[in-house]
Amino acid sequence: MSKGNLTRRGVLKTGAVAGAGLVLPTYLRAQESGFTNAPTGSTVTLGFNVPQSGPYADEGADQLRAYELAVEHLNGGGDGGMMNTFSSKALQGNGILGKKVEYVTGDTQTKSDAARASAKSMIEKDGAIMITGGSSSGVAVAVQALCQEAGVIFMAGLTHSNDTTGKDKRANGFRHFFNSYMSGAALAPVLAANYGTDRKAYHLTADYNWGYTTEEAVRTSTEAMGWETVGTVLTPLTQTDFSSYITPVLQSDADVLVLNHYGGNMVNSLTNAVQFGLRDRVVNGKNFEIVVPLYSRLMAKGAGANVKGIFGSTNWHWSLQDDGSKAFVQSFGTKYGFPPSQAAHTVYCQMMLYADAVERAGSFAPCAVAEALEGYQFDGLGNGPTLYRAEDHQCFKDVLVVRGKENPSSEFDLLEIVEVTPVDQVTYAPDHPQFAGGALGTCNNGA
Amino acid sequence: MDAIILQILNGLDKGSAYALIALGLTLIFGTLGVVNFAHGALFMIGAFCAVTLSKLLTLSHTVIDETRTDFLGNPLKVEVPYVYDVFGQATGDAIIDWAVPLSILFAIPVMILIGVVMERGLIKHFYKRPHADQILVTFGLAIVLQEIIKYYYGANPIPTPAPAAFVGSFDFGALIGFEPGQIIYPYWRLVYFAFAAVIIAAVFAFLQFTTFGMVVRAGMADRETVGLLGINIDKRFTIMFGLAAAVAGLAGVMYTPINSPNYHMGMDFLVLSFVVVVVGGMGSLPGAVLAGFLLGILESFASMREVIAIIPGINQVIIYLVAIIILLTRPRGLMGRKGVMED
Repeated sequence: MSKGNLTRRGVLKTGAVAGAGLVLPTYLRAQESGFTNAPTGSTVTLGFNVPQSGPYADEGADQLRAYELAVEHLNGGGDGGMMNTFSSKALQGNGILGKKVEYVTGDTQTKSDAARASAKSMIEKDGAIMITGGSSSGVAVAVQALCQEAGVIFMAGLTHSNDTTGKDKRANGFRHFFNSYMSGAALAPVLAANYGTDRKAYHLTADYNWGYTTEEAVRTSTEAMGWETVGTVLTPLTQTDFSSYITPVLQSDADVLVLNHYGGNMVNSLTNAVQFGLRDRVVNGKNFEIVVPLYSRLMAKGAGANVKGIFGSTNWHWSLQDDGSKAFVQSFGTKYGFPPSQAAHTVYCQMMLYADAVERAGSFAPCAVAEALEGYQFDGLGNGPTLYRAEDHQCFKDVLVVRGKENPSSEFDLLEIVEVTPVDQVTYAPDHPQFAGGALGTCNNGA
Repeated sequence: MDAIILQILNGLDKGSAYALIALGLTLIFGTLGVVNFAHGALFMIGAFCAVTLSKLLTLSHTVIDETRTDFLGNPLKVEVPYVYDVFGQATGDAIIDWAVPLSILFAIPVMILIGVVMERGLIKHFYKRPHADQILVTFGLAIVLQEIIKYYYGANPIPTPAPAAFVGSFDFGALIGFEPGQIIYPYWRLVYFAFAAVIIAAVFAFLQFTTFGMVVRAGMADRETVGLLGINIDKRFTIMFGLAAAVAGLAGVMYTPINSPNYHMGMDFLVLSFVVVVVGGMGSLPGAVLAGFLLGILESFASMREVIAIIPGINQVIIYLVAIIILLTRPRGLMGRKGVMED
């Protein structure tokens, strides 16, 4: 009878090594997929959270059109749009990392709670790995915070408040759209050149977050140019008739009215201001002028002929003649029959930037994607050379100063580009006072 | 002083809209006893009658202009309205320019029809139901109507300008001895105020000086007795519902040049109009008109910078504050009748 060398300690050692060997691949796989909604099949699901009802539903509809176009291009359909002009060549038209792009949509209703609920539903029920879209800063800030908690990337849509990448910035959130500071910095020199530096401005400001940051930005920039601010009045967001706010302007010695309003507020306040003959007035020996810091073509359409000759700023306009803009307008216009809005452009860019970052990172993991986006410099998406700044996840690019066109040739031809303000002029330090008070925190991969 | 005159003028046109909507609301409440939350939607549909007529008048066929290109570089498709073909360009332009006033003729039959269909088709089934049911069903109806409008016309405001003859403003101050340019008032707002005054006078005259109006007033006072006299009061009340719808609709038509209409404009006015009705006194037609103008003017004053500087935020709450004070001191409102909604 022979005695084998099988000892209890040996069995334990062998078992431990074998067990570790068996468990390790599983552990590594878990690490690879250890993030919220890691795609397992041949498809990847993205969540488009846009206003499909409420006052910005038309803007939301245009965003959805752009998203559908981007999905088509990413999956290899259509003419490829801005994929052909994008400086990065990581996208191959075979989906993202070889997975076909699918999407679900949610309705933000331009209400923070509804937007959070629809984003949550898309993440938890539909398995969306990224949330994007929206037409309001309040919504963007709310959904960005949710995505941070849930461990998914948020690629913001149309949001212009400084706070989105200022005091409310988050490590999982990214904004391509410009902001209030940039509007002020771009507009002020043009206003000074056209209206002079000795002006008295009166501000009517929508009584919510975006209104405050826009007023502050425009005031700071114009006062630095020599303008004096003689009055600021907050107007309720629900206000429809602004006559009682316009008439005190007649009594003041202001010679410029700045309307820090967007959407329906802008349409109504501008219409009322023109009705009350403000543009025909001469005050302090100068023609009275009106300024609308943030223009949207869709909203300008609502104000009709009242926008003629009025300065404002915009993120992008379809009449730009760079290769990226032309490719996007061609692609969008052929599919839908009319030119895209700035809302459509910014979300299309966000889709391309997200997909490209995933390809470059080689992973859908939010932290890997965030790392690929941080400090990323690119070109060919319609705004010239652009930087996704690492410190605040804000895109820095040229800003357009536009003016309501005197003789529009069509219902889309409402704004003319007056100046393309170079990016250097609208760049600010990450700790600029208008953006103070927040921190990105650390990226969250979720599950 | 000039600031005060300006705010009174501002209050008058705002008050005109409140008064017209509140008048219709009170008419419906006084005749049918229904709290109609869809009344704001009728104001909105009236505005969209103007939008619709504008669109009908600018219905076009396309002509290819080879000399110009569109945004894609293709030959430009120029839209030529059919009215140019029928009347020539000059007359066609004039007709299109006057689309809003012309919409009055278009809106009256449309709004009466909508009012009658609404009353016969839905609201009559809720006469004997509690007010809460009536509010729920009419509020639901308002949402359905505004979603239908949004489906066809989109969510964005649609510019519907006044005729060129009424564009611009009028120097009211210069007329009464102030410095030129201090009291400016847009022509169309004056038109709106005058129009509202005519409509309000017409409704009162109709109720006061016609046999039909006499029967309706009798029915408002004692429906049962009028019924016992063999008069079909229901039929007359249905017509009154149509009339109230037409008044709201006309208020909407004429409002379109003041603010570009959108699907939500009815809701913006509805709550305020209800406050107007309650402050004026439920069921009181003169009360509704009086409260409409009173609250319109107060709202204008509360929006003045000097007032906001003293009491921040007063512009957002003034109407509700006044409503609370009036209801505490005069529970039936300014001109409310005894017994209305008190059973």
